[in-house]
Amino acid sequence: MQKPRIRWHIAVFLAPAVLVYTAVMIFPLFNTLRLSLFSKIDQERVYVGLQNFQTLFGDPIWSEQFWNALGNNFWFFLIHMLVQNPIGIALAAVLSHPRLRFAALYRSAIFIPTILSFVIVGFAWKLILSPIWGIAPGMLDAVGLKSLFAPWLGKEEYALTTLALISVWQFVGIPMMLIYAALLSIPEEVLEAGEIDGITGMSAFWKIKLPLILPSIGIISILTFVGNFNAFDLIYAAQGALAGPDFSTDILGTFMYRTFFGFQLQLGDPHMGSAIAGAMFAIILVGVCIYLFGIQTRMRRYQL
Amino acid sequence: MNQARTNPLNTAAMHGALILYTLIALFPVFVILINSFKTRKAIFREPLAMPDADSFSMIGYQTVMKQGDFFLYFQNSMIVTVASLFFVLLFGAMAAFALAEYRFKGNTLMGLYLALGIMIPIRIGTVAILEMMVATGLVNSLWALILVYTAQGLPLAVFILSEFMRQVSDDLKNAGRIDGLSEYTIFFKLVLPLVRPAMATVAVFNMIPIWNDLWFPLILAPAEETKTLTLGSQVFIGQFVTDWNAVLSALSMAILPVLVLYVIFSRQLIRGITSGAVK
Repeated sequence: MQKPRIRWHIAVFLAPAVLVYTAVMIFPLFNTLRLSLFSKIDQERVYVGLQNFQTLFGDPIWSEQFWNALGNNFWFFLIHMLVQNPIGIALAAVLSHPRLRFAALYRSAIFIPTILSFVIVGFAWKLILSPIWGIAPGMLDAVGLKSLFAPWLGKEEYALTTLALISVWQFVGIPMMLIYAALLSIPEEVLEAGEIDGITGMSAFWKIKLPLILPSIGIISILTFVGNFNAFDLIYAAQGALAGPDFSTDILGTFMYRTFFGFQLQLGDPHMGSAIAGAMFAIILVGVCIYLFGIQTRMRRYQL
Repeated sequence: MNQARTNPLNTAAMHGALILYTLIALFPVFVILINSFKTRKAIFREPLAMPDADSFSMIGYQTVMKQGDFFLYFQNSMIVTVASLFFVLLFGAMAAFALAEYRFKGNTLMGLYLALGIMIPIRIGTVAILEMMVATGLVNSLWALILVYTAQGLPLAVFILSEFMRQVSDDLKNAGRIDGLSEYTIFFKLVLPLVRPAMATVAVFNMIPIWNDLWFPLILAPAEETKTLTLGSQVFIGQFVTDWNAVLSALSMAILPVLVLYVIFSRQLIRGITSGAVK
């Protein structure tokens, strides 16, 4: 088939995608990393080397904010891993049960929060948890637990966890769907062989299904990781760019937005913003590499 | 042998758990929707009651219609979403065809290059994207958003579509070549119609994140005439925090179009996810 002439149609087919992708995604990505090495001095862009990163990690004003945001971000991620993914797996396990009626209905209903925008989700929960409106205290009162109520989004010690749980509520549909698909692809014969050996019900889940869906759980974990470490919208919609109360819900996305754009008294600084973006890039890259080389290649895959 | 699977107690427990979680998932949406049709007094006195003759009121919707330009926002969101999807699908399918159909030097490398963007979020490059849009004068135009979302959607689109295009039979394409069809005709007339289900999957995957995005509209197109529905409702609600009727109505108006789209496309979406399109 190989002909000596240039096959122009290949270039024509590839060109639009490669051009747009390179110009709007790859080039800005590297340009942002480049910009983090510059600074504005006397209205002029000056090359300053790694000075921005020195400020970010060395200057107490900056480093305190950065570590706060990073720590919060890890907590945010941890809650997703500990709450969202187990609930998603449990729901998928129940849904994939053969001969379960209305499975499609449940599936579609549970997925609804995932399609709503962060703005809707953030405000809806803000209203529901608001002490003024009283839905949450009223409902707790109905079951005799009113004393447990606190303005969760307004208290420093609860706000971040509350937001993480709201985000879990919103996104539980994604692990549910992916695990559901993985569970469906397990052949019936494998399960029947287990049944003959007396492995049924819960132990069939733990001993047969779970090992088989581990690769999907790995994919969900890395998707959660990347999603959480560039999260911004929910915090911004619910708590504003200052990620209150007292920065207790600040994560890397909001920190970068504030730095880059400026907020209230703080002036916007694209170069420091780029430096934070660089740090985020590094974190995500490390996470993805750990997944690709550390986890994915070592995971045992079973030929089904 | 099958007793463990059909035990009625087990079944009841499963339905119980699923109903409980379904209620948790739908409750906030339900509360917002019913309260948007109530008077201010009824919202506070009985937040969980359905609106009745006494408490029914459209005052919130009237405020929203008067104050916010929700039709414009809706139109902007529509334009941005539809145009981005069009370009993602067209460019994505073309590139996927090139990668799946032809053997040329750098094929694998090109595939890897295009796949990079699946894992790296485009938001990292925001600072430079904004600078570029300012420099080209595209800032505060819908084109800025369309370009960004096209770039954002392409990696996964190329990945999924090329998987599907490898399954299109070679005989069919070669028959076309023998009949003298050009490569372009083969692509548009023979291959594209065959991968339509995969295109629908890609479209549905991209639709929700584009429609719901707040970050890029906020940064690239915050002007009044280019606000998307998501940004518009965010700003509107921020201004009307104390007007509960208006806030609830604005939220409901933002929920409805997505819900309608979901009802139309949910089968496609769920089939797309469960068919293992994301591997």
